[in-house]
Amino acid sequence: MITFTLNGRPLSVTEGTTVLEAARGAGVEIPTLCHIEGLEGYGGCRVCMVEVEGSRTGCAPACTLETAPGMVVRTDSEAAFELRKAVLEMILAEHPADCFNCKHSGACRLHELAARHGLTKVPSGIERSGFPVDDSNPFFTLDPNRCILCGKCVRTCAEIQCSDVYTFADRGCRSSVAPGFGDLLADSRCVSCGSCVAACPTGALRPKDGSWSGAMYVDRRVRTVCSYCGVGCQLDLLVSGGRVVGALPADGPSNRGRLCVKGRFAHAFIGHPDRLTVPLVRRDGALVEATWDEALERVVRSLRSTVDRLGPDGAAGLASARCTNEENYLFQKLFRAGIGTNNVDHCARLCHASTVTGLAATLGSGAMTNSIDEIDLQDAILVTGSNTTETHPVIGTRIKRAARRGARLIVADPRRIDLAEEAEVYLPLKPGTNVALYNALACAILEEGLADREFIAERTEGYEEWAAAVRSCTPEKAAEVCGVDARDIRRAARIYAGARAAGIYYAMGVTQHTSGTAGVMSLSNLALACGKLGKPGCGINPLRGQNNVQGACDVGALPDVLPGYRKVSDPAARAAAAAVWGREPPSEPGLTVTEIVSAAESGRIGFLYIMGENPLVSDPDIGHVREALSAVDFLVVQDIFLTETAALADVVLPAACFAEKDGTFTNTERRVQRVRRAVPPPGRAREDLDILADLLERLGLPPADRSGAGVFAELARTAPQYAGMSWDRLEGGGLQWPCPSPDHPGTPILHAGRFTRGLGRFVPLAWSPPAEETDEEYPLVLTTGRNLYQYHTRTMTGREEGLSILAGEAYAELHPQAADRAGVRHGETLRLSTRRGSIELAARVSEGIRPDTVFVPFHYAQAAANILTGTALDPLAKIPELKVCSVRAERGNGRAPS
Amino acid sequence: MIPLMHVILDVSEEAVKAGAREFQEVLEAKLRKEFLSEDVRILESANLGVSGRGVCLLVYPDEVYYGNLKPGDAARIVEQHFINGKPVEELFLGSPETRRLMEWRRKEGIIKKGRGRVVLDNVGAVDPESLSEYRSRDGFKALEEAVRNGTPEGVLETVKESGLRGRGGAGFPTGMKWEAVKDAPGDRKYVICNADEGEPGTFKDRILLEGDPFRILEAMALAGYATGAREGFVYVRGEYRTSIDRLENAIRLSRDAGYLGPNVLGSSFSFEVKVKEGAGAYICGEETALIESLEGKRGTPRLKPPYPTTEGLWGRPTVVNNVETLANVPPILRNGAAWFRQFGTERSPGTKIYLIIGHVVSPGLVEMETTTSLRELIYGFGGGIRGRRRLKAVQVGGSSGGIFDPSVLDEAMHFDALKEKGGILGSGSMLVMDETTCIVDMVHGILNFFLHESCGSCVPCRIGNERLVRAVNGFRTGSARMSDIDLLEEIASAMKVASYCALGQSPYLPLATAIRYFREEFAEHVNGKCRAGVCRFNVLKERQEAQRWMLAMSR
Repeated sequence: MITFTLNGRPLSVTEGTTVLEAARGAGVEIPTLCHIEGLEGYGGCRVCMVEVEGSRTGCAPACTLETAPGMVVRTDSEAAFELRKAVLEMILAEHPADCFNCKHSGACRLHELAARHGLTKVPSGIERSGFPVDDSNPFFTLDPNRCILCGKCVRTCAEIQCSDVYTFADRGCRSSVAPGFGDLLADSRCVSCGSCVAACPTGALRPKDGSWSGAMYVDRRVRTVCSYCGVGCQLDLLVSGGRVVGALPADGPSNRGRLCVKGRFAHAFIGHPDRLTVPLVRRDGALVEATWDEALERVVRSLRSTVDRLGPDGAAGLASARCTNEENYLFQKLFRAGIGTNNVDHCARLCHASTVTGLAATLGSGAMTNSIDEIDLQDAILVTGSNTTETHPVIGTRIKRAARRGARLIVADPRRIDLAEEAEVYLPLKPGTNVALYNALACAILEEGLADREFIAERTEGYEEWAAAVRSCTPEKAAEVCGVDARDIRRAARIYAGARAAGIYYAMGVTQHTSGTAGVMSLSNLALACGKLGKPGCGINPLRGQNNVQGACDVGALPDVLPGYRKVSDPAARAAAAAVWGREPPSEPGLTVTEIVSAAESGRIGFLYIMGENPLVSDPDIGHVREALSAVDFLVVQDIFLTETAALADVVLPAACFAEKDGTFTNTERRVQRVRRAVPPPGRAREDLDILADLLERLGLPPADRSGAGVFAELARTAPQYAGMSWDRLEGGGLQWPCPSPDHPGTPILHAGRFTRGLGRFVPLAWSPPAEETDEEYPLVLTTGRNLYQYHTRTMTGREEGLSILAGEAYAELHPQAADRAGVRHGETLRLSTRRGSIELAARVSEGIRPDTVFVPFHYAQAAANILTGTALDPLAKIPELKVCSVRAERGNGRAPS
Repeated sequence: MIPLMHVILDVSEEAVKAGAREFQEVLEAKLRKEFLSEDVRILESANLGVSGRGVCLLVYPDEVYYGNLKPGDAARIVEQHFINGKPVEELFLGSPETRRLMEWRRKEGIIKKGRGRVVLDNVGAVDPESLSEYRSRDGFKALEEAVRNGTPEGVLETVKESGLRGRGGAGFPTGMKWEAVKDAPGDRKYVICNADEGEPGTFKDRILLEGDPFRILEAMALAGYATGAREGFVYVRGEYRTSIDRLENAIRLSRDAGYLGPNVLGSSFSFEVKVKEGAGAYICGEETALIESLEGKRGTPRLKPPYPTTEGLWGRPTVVNNVETLANVPPILRNGAAWFRQFGTERSPGTKIYLIIGHVVSPGLVEMETTTSLRELIYGFGGGIRGRRRLKAVQVGGSSGGIFDPSVLDEAMHFDALKEKGGILGSGSMLVMDETTCIVDMVHGILNFFLHESCGSCVPCRIGNERLVRAVNGFRTGSARMSDIDLLEEIASAMKVASYCALGQSPYLPLATAIRYFREEFAEHVNGKCRAGVCRFNVLKERQEAQRWMLAMSR
C-alpha cells in the first residue's frame, strides 16, 4: 500500500496505481480526453494535468503518473486548472472554427470540458482542415478534421477489439487517424463493431443512425440486453420521440463495454414499417386483418376441435429462443397444463440438443460450466467447431485478446477462421471427424502421462474403461481420418493438458452432427482427464446461439423436461409442477422439432403453434418442412414480421420485439439478466407474455399474476436453479444459475468440488462417419453456418440496410481447387446440389477452407442452405446433421440471385 | 603495412564534374612513380564539408585542405608537401583569412592539443575500412584485455570511475546507466548505439562513424560485456550512407577476426551487432522512440519510467549510448580512469567534440577539453566572425539550446556550464550568428523545425508548436502585438510542463532565452522594424513601389 495526499486528504492505494485511478476511486474527477478505463495510461491529450508538489515541472499528467509514498497532489489548484485550460485551448485552436455551433455538441466531451474551463470560442488560426472524410462504412463516418488525435479509437480497436484497423498516418499536425495503408474503412478489416465510435470524445467518428447528432435530444437511455446471440451483452437503447434511435455499449459482465455490429447498429427492425401491427386471420385463402378477440377465439376454437379429434397430443408448439424466460415458461405451461401435452420444443433442438444430452450425461448440467469473464484468466484455450469472432463476436474478441496477452490458443475447424490467425496450433480437420480428433487428443495426453491422476481418482468414474478404449485412437490414426498433422495433435494435447487454466469453447461445429452427442461427450472426457473442470478459467463451454436459448431450455420449452430440467417421467417433478399449475403435465415425453415436422406431414398434428421461429428457412430439408406445415390443419404463428413461415399460417399474432418488453434473458454463461422496455409495441401488437396469458385465461387457467415479475416468481417456484432469483435481485449484472435461495450469490463456476451428477463420468466413444459420405456424384462436403453480419433467417438483420451492404447476398465459400473443378471463378454463379435439392449462389473463392469442403451460410432465404441439408439425426439428442452432407458443385446457369 | 599519410579526395558529384577523377589518376601515377603508393593512401569521401571549390583534397596528419586543384598540381603537392614536408600554400583551400587561421592553429598546436587525445585520434589517421590499421593503433586492445583477463565488474568499475557522461546531450553518467542494465533482472539484454544524429548543425557522430567505425563496435562489445548483453544495434540515420557502409564492413571484418560473434576471442562472451537504418524522423533520436522504431513500430516516444535500462528493446534491459559517448570507452579502458580524468573538469571529465558553425571564418569540428571557453572556440578554432562583422548571438547545444548574446563568451563549455543562465551543452554545437541575422527570423526557423518534427501524439507539442510558429510569424510580417511576446512565453512554458517528451519541451529554451536577451528586437518588429533587414513587413507595398518606379523609368 502507498499513502499519498490528494487535495489535502491522505489516501491509501495499492502499488502501481496511477493518480488518475486513485482519484477516480476516491470520487475525485480529473478531466481527461484520451484515457481508456482498463488500459495503460496514454498521456496524449495532457488534459489530466495535476499539480505535484516538489516535482521538476510542478505539474504532471495524472493518467501516467504513478502514486508514490508521500506524494502531494492537488487536482483543484489554480496552477493545475490554468494548465488544463491552456491545453484545452490548444485542442480547440486545432478544431474547426464552427466547433461551438456544432449541432453535435451535446455528445461532445471536448465541449463539455471546454465549458467547464470557461472556454467559449475557438482560438483562431490553425484549424485542422482538408482531410478527406471517410464515408465508406455504412454505419459511421470518420472525419479527421474533427479529430483531436487522442488515439482512443486506435487503442480501442487494437487492444480491446483486437481488429487493428486504425493507425496514425503522417506526423505532427498533419497526422491523422486512418485505416492502415491509406485504405478506406470499407476496404479495411473493420468489423463495424463501433467500439471506436463509442470511444471517440468528439465528432470525428460518428454514427450515421442519427443518435449522435440527436444526442442532445435523447429522451431516455434504457439499459437492456442485446437480442442478437447468446453472449448477453448489456447495452443502452437511446430513445428519442418514442423511437429507438441508437444503442451504446454498457459495462455488462459478459461484454465489458463491447458490442458487435449487430448489437450496436442493427436496430432498424424495431420500428420498421414491415412490422406486424394487427392480428391476421386466413379468410378465403388470404390473410386479412382481424381483432384480437376474433383471432384468439379462432385459436382456442381450433385447438379445442383438434384435441377433440386427435387428443391433446394432436397439438404441438414451437417455443422461441428469442423470447423471454417468462414467455417461454408460459408457452410450455400453455401446452403442458392448458392442453395436456409435452409436445413443446424449440430451435435448441437444432443447435445444442446434443450439448444438453451429452453434458447432462457426463457432468449433470448441459450448460457452459464457467463464466465469460474467466477468459481473462486462461493460459490455454481450445476453440473447436465455433467461428467465434463471427457468431459470438464479443466472446471471439475476448479470446483474441487473451491470445495476444499470451494465452496459447488451439483452433480446430475446417475453415481457417479469424481465430486461426491468432492460434498457436491450427487443426483444419475434415467436417464430421470431431470425435476422432478429440479421442486422439485424449490418447496423446494419456500416452505422455499428462492426465490429472488425482482428479480422475477423486472426482470421476468410468476412467479405466474409457482409457482402454481411447488408447487405440492414436494421433497417427486420427491424422488420416481428420486430414491433419499428427504432430499438431500432439502439440495441441500438450498445450491443453499442460496449462494451469484451460477452457474449451465449442458451438455447432460440434453439436450439429449425427455424432453430435458423442462429440460433446468426448470433449467432456478430455476435460475430465485433465482435471480442467470446476476451477476458475477451466471448463467446457458450449456457446449458445440465440439470445435466450439457454433460458428457453431452462424453463422447460423441451419435450422431455419440465422447468429446471426435471424429467417429465419423474412423478415427483410432475407433482411439484401440478402444485403450482393446478394441473399435472403428462408423463410421456413429447415430440421434438424434427419429429413434430414428420408427425405433421403424416397428419398426426392438427394444431401447430409457432412462437417467434421461422422453420421454413432455419430447419433442415426445407422442402420437407413446407409440406409438413401445409399438412397441418391449423397453424398459428406469433411473430414480429410476416416471415416465410407466417405466410402459411391460419392466424398470425403480432408480437413485441425485445425493445418493447420487460422480462429476462439467460445468456450462454447461465446469467439471467433483465430486459427492459424502451418503446411500446407498434400498432395493436402485444407483448408475447400478454398474448399467452390471455390464451391461458381463455383455456380456464389464468396465471395468478400476469405481470412479468409475477410470472418470473412462478417460474422460480418450479425451476430449482432459479429458486433464489427475483426481478429485484437481477438489477445490475444479473445472476448465474444455480441460485437456489434468495441469499445465494449465484454460481459462476459449475461443478466446483462436486459435479451436478455427483461424479464426472467418462464415456468411451468410437468415431463413426457422418450419415452421408462423399461419392462420385456428390464429391464435396457441405457445411453450413453463420456470418457476422446476419442473424438467423434475417428477419431482423435483413431490414438493416447497412448489413445488406456488408453481407446482403448469399454466397458459398470454396477452395480455389474446388472452384477450378467446378469451373467457376470468384464472384460467378455456383450451383450446389445435394440429394434433396439445389441452389444457385455466388462463389466466394478462398484458400481459408479445405479443398474438399464447401461452406454456405444459412441466413439467406433466396438461396437457402437448408434446401440442401439432410435430416439425418443424432440418435440420442435428435439433432439434425446440419454440418455435413455431400454436395456437388458446378457452374450455375444464371446470375446469382440477388 | 600502415600508411604514413592519408589523403582524402572529394568525390562528390560536383568535384567529379570539376575533374576529381582525372586528378586522382595523375596523383596515383605520381605516387607510384615515387614509390609512395604504400605510404600514402588515397581515400574517397562524398562530402568533405566544402562546396564550390572544385577538386578538393584533405591531407592527414597535417590537416591541410587543398582546393580548386588541377591535375597538374598533383606532382607539386607530392614533391613539395609529401616528400619535403612543406605544404603548398598557394593551393590551400579558402580565403587568405582561412589560410592564416590554419597557420595559427598549427602554430598554437590546437590540432595536436585538441585532436588525438581521446576520441578523434584515429579519425583521418587510419583507413576506416581496414581492421589492421585500427589494430595498429591499439584497436580492440581494451576488448581483448577485458575478455581475456578482466571481469564485467572491472570494466564497469573503470567506466564509473572515469566519470564519463553521455555525449548525446543529457550528460547522464554512463557508468550508472550500464550498472542499471547490469543489475536489471533478465537474461536477454541489449546495447543500442544511438547514431540517429538529427540535430541541425551537428555532425560529430558521422565523423566518428565514417572515420573510426571499429572503435564504436569495440565500445559496444565492451558495453555488452559489462552489462551482460549479447546483442547490439546501431541505429544510424538513413542519410548517413557512408557510415552505414563502413559499419557493415567493420562488422564483417570484426566478426571474421573473432572480435564479434559467438565466443569473442575464444572466450565465453558472445556479441553480435546489427545496423538499422533510420527513416528520417528527428524524434527517433529520442531513445524510446528509437526503440519503438527499432521494434518496427511507429517512432513515438514511450512513457518514462520505466527507463530503457529496465524495459527497453522488446521490454528487455537496454543500454542506449550516443556514438561519441561510446567512442570514449576504449581509450578509457586502455589508459585507465585516472588518465581520462586529467582532462576536463571534475564533474565533466574528458574532452568534448565541439561543432563551430555559422558565421565564423572556419566552421568545423574540434575535440577540446571541457575547460575550453566559448571565446576560444569561436575566435580561436573558428577564427572569429567572418567578413570582419561583429558577433551578435550564439546558440549553444543544438536547436533546443539557448540563444545568448556575447556576454556568455567566457563560459567554459562543460556539461553544467550554462545551467544558471538557462542553457545546455547539448550536442556541443555552437551556432554563431553575426549582425546580419534577425533573431526573430532565426527563432521562426527553429520553431518551424520543431513543428515539422513533432510526432503529433501529444497535444502541447503538436498544437503548441503550430501556434508558436504562427505567433512568431506575426512578428516577421508585422502583424504581432506587444502582448504577443508574453503569449509566446506562455505557450512555450505550458508546452514545457505539459508535453510528453523532450521534443515538446524543446522550444522553451531557445524562445525564452531569445526573448530574454533580444526582447528589444521582438519589440522593434511590432513597430515594423527589423534591424537586420531580413523581415519584410510590407511586401505588397514594396512591390507596388517597384512597379511604379519601373513604369516611371520606362517613360
